Amino acid sequence: MATDTAPGSTAEGEASTEAPTARTPQRAPRPEGNVLNVFSHGFLWLWALMVIVPVVWIVMSSFKTTREIASDPLGLPAAPHWANYLNAWTNGNIGGYFLNTVTVLVFSVTGTMLLGAMAAYVLARYEFPGNRVVYFGFAAGMMFPVFLALFPLFKTLQNVSLLNTYTGLVIVYIAYSLPFTVFFLTAFFRTLPTGVAEAAVVDGAGHYRLFFQVMLPMAKPGLVAITIFNVIGQWNQFLLPLVLLGRNPDDAMISQGLANLALRQGYEGDSGALFAGTVLAMIPIFIAYVLFQRQIQAGLTAGAIK
Amino acid sequence: MKHGRYPFILSFLALPVGLYAWLVILPFAQAFQISLTDWSGSSNSFEYIGFDNYANLFKDERLVLPALRHTGIILVVLPLVTIALGLFFAFMLNLGGRVRRGRIEGVRGARFHKVVYFFPQVLSVAIIGILWKQVYAPENFGGLITGALTAVGLPAPVNGFLADTRFVLAAVIGVLVWSAVGFYLVFFSSAMASIPRDLYEAAVIDGAGRGPMFFRITLPLLWDSVQTAWIYLSIVALDVFVLIYMMTPERGGPDAASEVVGGVIWKYAFNHGEQAFASALGVVLFFAALSLAVVSLRFGRRERIEF
Repeated sequence: MATDTAPGSTAEGEASTEAPTARTPQRAPRPEGNVLNVFSHGFLWLWALMVIVPVVWIVMSSFKTTREIASDPLGLPAAPHWANYLNAWTNGNIGGYFLNTVTVLVFSVTGTMLLGAMAAYVLARYEFPGNRVVYFGFAAGMMFPVFLALFPLFKTLQNVSLLNTYTGLVIVYIAYSLPFTVFFLTAFFRTLPTGVAEAAVVDGAGHYRLFFQVMLPMAKPGLVAITIFNVIGQWNQFLLPLVLLGRNPDDAMISQGLANLALRQGYEGDSGALFAGTVLAMIPIFIAYVLFQRQIQAGLTAGAIK
Repeated sequence: MKHGRYPFILSFLALPVGLYAWLVILPFAQAFQISLTDWSGSSNSFEYIGFDNYANLFKDERLVLPALRHTGIILVVLPLVTIALGLFFAFMLNLGGRVRRGRIEGVRGARFHKVVYFFPQVLSVAIIGILWKQVYAPENFGGLITGALTAVGLPAPVNGFLADTRFVLAAVIGVLVWSAVGFYLVFFSSAMASIPRDLYEAAVIDGAGRGPMFFRITLPLLWDSVQTAWIYLSIVALDVFVLIYMMTPERGGPDAASEVVGGVIWKYAFNHGEQAFASALGVVLFFAALSLAVVSLRFGRRERIEF
């Protein structure tokens, strides 16, 4: 937004000298426009509140005793009940799930980016028979409903004894992140200027050096955007770990761990600990979001913008 | 540079394509094959029974038919509401401010709104599910809406919104819209930013209000983006399940009132051990997604306006 207003305000200074005549026509629709304006502004704030209130409310509830949560949902906690957080951390194992997820993501995101960039680069920059087929093969994967593949995938991993292992989960994450990654990065590699690449070839760079030392660094903005996309997507993945990592609850990914906690809360009735766990899971995402919200918004909407 | 071209191409494609074919394409192909059998999923014996599973799909009034109906509703409502809200908010944030000396500005605090609206997009469905389950909870469990309704003296559903067959589907759709709007706000915003400002300024001079401005300038020029958003949201609508898994009683209840296609596939595959039947439903879902994309690309296409 800041970039939009800056040129506007400078132009405004110039305009003010010759404005009086131009100003008259917009007077007429004002009164009616005001009612509309109040309504639309009200609605804007209403929606903002609809996002903020549930989140703040859950944070507030996480400091209440379970009894307070049920009896006085709208009030403030009488005294911050830190025991919820202790429960969520020790009994709920939120810290452990965190570590599990980070461990898997380090490998899966790195793998996705490396394999995705390699495939995309070749598809974008080399003509060869079958190029289009491979490209559309990847792109089509963006539309497959994942439910359809869950059970055969389960069997496939079982057959090679990778079921309930992180290795299995990592390669599945990579495979299922490739369609979008390849689709997006292919478009990105196509936009890179050819001049630099040609110069490097003249200097005697081979195919591999050209890719790793020239093209990858040039593609950095695209790589960053799509890395963010994949980190968030894989961090929030729910169905795949639910099916492929079902054996040992302690090995669960964060989303799955929270779901387990929610399930247990159902019969133990400790909603305070559940909300504390939810808040703990939200904190790193929230911090990352506040710090990088510009890049995150760009990264997540990247694929959709031509 | 010419030599070593094909070995290079092969070496770069082998791993990604191999992994993708093994873990994505093959399982999908197998699902098609399974859908023509009577395989339960646990034993090793099965027989090919043709299209019987498909015929039986439409006789299952307990799960499949309600699920098809509900997914159909979500498929219509979710894109419609989300796109309408996304466009409205994006328009407000970009052009909803005052007209100063013939120039239009966005509303004040536009950046703040954008950041806030987008936040649900980075939360996992698990978190969103827990959050909203509590918001919708019955009053004696400390629900936010039921509590607030009672506090101002209005009636609230005794068992909360999610345990009530009248409200559960609407409640879930509400959450879906809630989490998606921010994304489409940002998406439409960046598309709107590429529309030249002089078009609006000319409209201001002609005395056009905000309504005509939106319908005569913004919407026609954003048509491509709206179409893309429609396809995305349709795919999201067809894949809805995790939220229902997290939030609703019996994961699709009460009384199948929030049963969706994804959930029914899940139940048949992993709870009822009817793998073949589940795959048949999955194949139907697959073709639904495919034809949606094709249809909206064919019929949504208009003459592209260069600007």
